[in-house]
Amino acid sequence: MYNVCANWYNLAMADSVLVPVAASVVPVATVRSGHAPVVRVTHWITALAFLALLVSGVEILISHPRFYWGETGSVLTPPLFKLPIPASRATVPTGYGYVLPDQNGWSRYLHFQSAWVAVLTGLVYVGFGLSNGHFRRNLLPARADLSRRGLSKVIARHLRLNPAGEDETWSYNVLQRLTYLLVIFGLFPLVIWTGLAMSPAFASAVPVAVTALGGQQSARTIHFFAAVFLLLFLLTHVVMVGLSGFRNRVQAMIAGAPAKRREGV
Amino acid sequence: MSRISRRKLITAGLGVVAGASGVAAASSLARRYGLIPPDGGGVYGPGETLTYAAQRLLTRHSSAREFAPSQISKDPFANEVDPLGEAFQRLQEGGFAGWRLAVDGLAAHPRSFTLAELKSFPARSQITHLACEEGWSYIAKWKGAPLALILDAVGTLPQARYVVYRSIQSDWWESIDMADAMHPQTLLAHGMNGRELPVAFGGPLRMRVPRQLGYKNVKYITRLTITDSLKGFGKGLGSASPEGGYAWYAGI
Repeated sequence: MYNVCANWYNLAMADSVLVPVAASVVPVATVRSGHAPVVRVTHWITALAFLALLVSGVEILISHPRFYWGETGSVLTPPLFKLPIPASRATVPTGYGYVLPDQNGWSRYLHFQSAWVAVLTGLVYVGFGLSNGHFRRNLLPARADLSRRGLSKVIARHLRLNPAGEDETWSYNVLQRLTYLLVIFGLFPLVIWTGLAMSPAFASAVPVAVTALGGQQSARTIHFFAAVFLLLFLLTHVVMVGLSGFRNRVQAMIAGAPAKRREGV
Repeated sequence: MSRISRRKLITAGLGVVAGASGVAAASSLARRYGLIPPDGGGVYGPGETLTYAAQRLLTRHSSAREFAPSQISKDPFANEVDPLGEAFQRLQEGGFAGWRLAVDGLAAHPRSFTLAELKSFPARSQITHLACEEGWSYIAKWKGAPLALILDAVGTLPQARYVVYRSIQSDWWESIDMADAMHPQTLLAHGMNGRELPVAFGGPLRMRVPRQLGYKNVKYITRLTITDSLKGFGKGLGSASPEGGYAWYAGI
């Protein structure tokens, strides 16, 4: 594995001179720096918090796997849609002949505690990203990469399942950049907002947070979809990490970009 | 460069010390201003405390959303309750004429009220949302005596911090802090959608705390106890909910 890293590093060194790399790839000085410590620490804390939010969220969801639009909804009103799964409440007609055990108590405790961890960690990360240029440098796509040609090239490469180019050892490609930006500044704020909009006390202080969404049940439904998209992101993220060298990428997110220093040479 | 420099070590050490003293200072401030919930210990204590403290700072005086009559749910869901027992049935057969609300604890004039006496308080009507922690909800028009008026009538003492309330069902009890107890929208509800409060919805007397979820809105209220500490009640976690694994504070 370390040899592979060393090769990547050497190739990247060589190619940076020989091959015209994508515009996103920042030139020499910063290109070799790996993930900043703040990025690595916040990444793993967020990963843990998100897993806890996911598990507890599913547990809360199964107590009422029906979704509505507007302010109100219950088993006495027609749902927008319902999930074909059993429920943890006998009052919900699911078509299954059994009721799952009630897990809402610890799930709600864990959900909100993890939400605090995720939100506070996210604030540290966003503060860091804004102040030190992490977003501008590493996540904002270069204009050239946003052209139809630039985008279709990267998309075609993904569809052909071609491995990442050497230029991507140290930098994100345009699809990664757009996806990360969407997750950080789109899905996470949305899932936090819709989560808070379900809180009756928060809604009393900031009613527009609910009314802008069309009601408390709309907030719950959007919260569900935002969580589904975050889960899809997580799965895609893990698969892509796997395809591009799992151990290497994970090590880079744990220890920075240590491949070249860990090779023992 | 791969080794941690002395300067980094000192900086990190100072950071940890500053962080720890910050947490200690914050927790003593939180205690002084009553921002620690009774179930603020244990694994989930930090999250519960953050939620309760943040919402108290943000929502102490805010009012639950009120709705237009056209938004009242046509089919409100009553949820199921355990069998109500013989004592309740006897009271129900008597048209609840014998129903009593006892108010005790930190009150200058502890006493009990009949339903008629509670209905003689200036009633408040409000159209509010009731959401269950499971995810379903409905909107109804609630009518009742503001809890604040009853607490005033018994001469609640200034050191009061919580109001414990009990159902005729002996294992069903809850408590709220004074911010919610004195809140103008917190009612001892006896009417719903222009009629007497139906038994399925908690009639003859239900606590309505519209800034908190359904399970704080205990049905069949028979007793209020005003207190400065929740330690002596049950396991000291504030209500029956934490004893059953649910958070004491249900504003979220």
